[in-house]
Amino acid sequence: MKIHLPSTVIRRFAVVIAGSLLLGAALAGCSSGSAPGSAGTDVDAALKAGGTITYWSWTPQAKAQVAAFEKKYPKVTVKLVNAGTGNDEYTKLQNAVKAGSGGPDVAQVEYFAIPQFALAKSLLDLKPYGFDSLESDFTASTWSHVAMDGAIYGLPQDSGPMALFYNKKVFDQYGLDVPATWDAYIADAKKLHAADPTKYIAADTGDAGFTTSMIWQAGGTPFTTTGSKVSVNLQDAGSKKWADTWSQLVENKLLSTTPGWSDEWYKGLGNGSIATLITGAWMPGVLESSVKDASGDWRVAPMPTYDGTAATAENGGGGQVVLKQSKNPALAAGFLRWLNADKDSVKLFLASGGFPSTTADIDSDAFKAQTPAYFGGQKINEVLSAAAGDVVKGWTYLPYQVYGNSIYGDTVGQSYSSSSDLNPGLRSWQKQLVSYGNDQGFSVSG
Amino acid sequence: MSAISSRSDGLRATRSPRNPRKSLALTLFMVIFLIYSLVPLFWLVVNATKSQRSLFTSFGLWFGSDFSLFSNIHDTLTYDNGIFLRWFANTLLYVVVGAGGATLLATLAGYGLAKFRFRGRGAVFAVVLGAIAVPGTALAVPTFLMFSQLGLTNTPLAIIIPSLASPFGLYLIWAYAEDAVPGELLEAARMDGAGELRTFFTISIRLLAPGIVTVALFTVVATWNNYFLPLIMLSDPSLYPLTVGLNQWNAQATGVSAQPIYNLVITGSLLTIIPIVVGFLILQRYWQSGLSAGSVKQ
Repeated sequence: MKIHLPSTVIRRFAVVIAGSLLLGAALAGCSSGSAPGSAGTDVDAALKAGGTITYWSWTPQAKAQVAAFEKKYPKVTVKLVNAGTGNDEYTKLQNAVKAGSGGPDVAQVEYFAIPQFALAKSLLDLKPYGFDSLESDFTASTWSHVAMDGAIYGLPQDSGPMALFYNKKVFDQYGLDVPATWDAYIADAKKLHAADPTKYIAADTGDAGFTTSMIWQAGGTPFTTTGSKVSVNLQDAGSKKWADTWSQLVENKLLSTTPGWSDEWYKGLGNGSIATLITGAWMPGVLESSVKDASGDWRVAPMPTYDGTAATAENGGGGQVVLKQSKNPALAAGFLRWLNADKDSVKLFLASGGFPSTTADIDSDAFKAQTPAYFGGQKINEVLSAAAGDVVKGWTYLPYQVYGNSIYGDTVGQSYSSSSDLNPGLRSWQKQLVSYGNDQGFSVSG
Repeated sequence: MSAISSRSDGLRATRSPRNPRKSLALTLFMVIFLIYSLVPLFWLVVNATKSQRSLFTSFGLWFGSDFSLFSNIHDTLTYDNGIFLRWFANTLLYVVVGAGGATLLATLAGYGLAKFRFRGRGAVFAVVLGAIAVPGTALAVPTFLMFSQLGLTNTPLAIIIPSLASPFGLYLIWAYAEDAVPGELLEAARMDGAGELRTFFTISIRLLAPGIVTVALFTVVATWNNYFLPLIMLSDPSLYPLTVGLNQWNAQATGVSAQPIYNLVITGSLLTIIPIVVGFLILQRYWQSGLSAGSVKQ
């Protein structure tokens, strides 16, 4: 009979494969992908000439965007494929890179995964296609995710400057103050859970994306890469600062153990048993469409900080890239430019609840003046736009972050499940990241 | 394999006519096992009747305030232009061609090895036994790299060809044919002038029927549930089988542009298991007689 592995195991296994394929591609100095040069770099001419390209994306907006694009450029056909969400797609992308064919021309990749593909030389540098002129259209923090080592590997689509989402009904009922600092946040957590043991300040069972964002906000830079030299230090000042703070919640069992994004989790957001969310600015769309029962209950506040001065980080969000193996790179670049830098396209994207990465939209008065009824008429975009400007600078992800996140559960996750100090978990994560990186041909210190 | 032997042991122990004594401990164990097996199924049926809203607000192990089973089925079948039906058809294709082909090949090879003497038979025996010990998951990656060089990834053949090999089925038919097809019978057929093929199709295949059904059942279940291989081989959702497709729906609930459709994932899972449950119930009597083959000396 078939052995039923838990899906996390399977996913991890898939990521391991992707990782081992990555190694081949990285070390072989890329035998796959063809050089763009000869095909020409005139994006406008390519759009006029037309052709067919494939676009991998799991964003719900993609369908409407592709339809609008094809209407504007009738000679171009875009084949839209949903090749999976997140890691499922990256595994397939990595497989296609390794195989040298079978990949899309344009693909959606989250920010944390872009370095992995960029450093393996599987992405097209868009600088020769005139993309450097687009830099001023995007926020500094999202641009830094697509531009590295003097090349431009994609365009940002959305962003996730973090904020505190809180259930005002619960806060009012238990007399909690909206916390401005993490100390106040922990005090609220204690007060709430003591008053009603079924209620928790937040749900967190250990999530690599959340942890890295929190370290980012605390000013940590645990991952730095120069060429093939990587340094991992998950005990730097910022990492320790976050771990020492967050451990207080973990050790005192003040966090709900409901796994994020499960049906139980959505339930908790609706009935008040999960009172806050510390997450990216894209969350309002998810709340509005999938937690309808709590309409009017939620509000948005700036992310709590350590010392009261505004500081935040990015959580989630991503952009689109062009693969080197694209047979029509100029056309693919043309589609990408329209997709993320054209006003009509961005408008379609924002209509379904994404949070922009384009400065024109983030700073627009009309955007800031919106008063969604779901949030009791609060001008939430004022808070979120301000957060976009407060993102701490200097953060970078590992060139094998996808794999790194997949082993998070075995390391830091263990500290969560035993309700103990997070620092030993971070140290063991670091140890495994270092040895994996060295196996992959990077020279990793840590 | 371990599942087989333990189950056949279980059957023998509980069905033995010489030992009708009732054991409280065993009965209790069986009741617990029954509950353990049925509760997830019960959960699935109950929750397939809920809308997403009531799924998030009602107690998991009992019905909610609404009864949305039929609207859920309707939505499952029509979501994203009816992609679920496409996945269903794909699964059927992979099962009919893959599991059917695997059964045919296993039958031919197992019968041949059992009833003909030729050089290298011992070597084949060793290779087949060795192949049984290698889990399919471990072979998925080498298979992927091989297929990508052949340009077969992201095609139905990438799923069908690996499913065609069933070393376990071959071994089962071999062991079954040793006992079920008497050599004397084949001798008699040869004396009467029947060719080997004719003997096989008119005589042997009938004697082998329970064994063939058993192998078919195993390969059908394995192909129906196949997840990892299609996950890495296919990138086009229109080629997905149900397993990978449902996982894609499930993953939709995560992240930046989350669109949870848990009610459709649950209803889709219920629809997915119905054919396999029906198939199992219809074929199980063959399966039982197949398992007990060789347990009594004739």
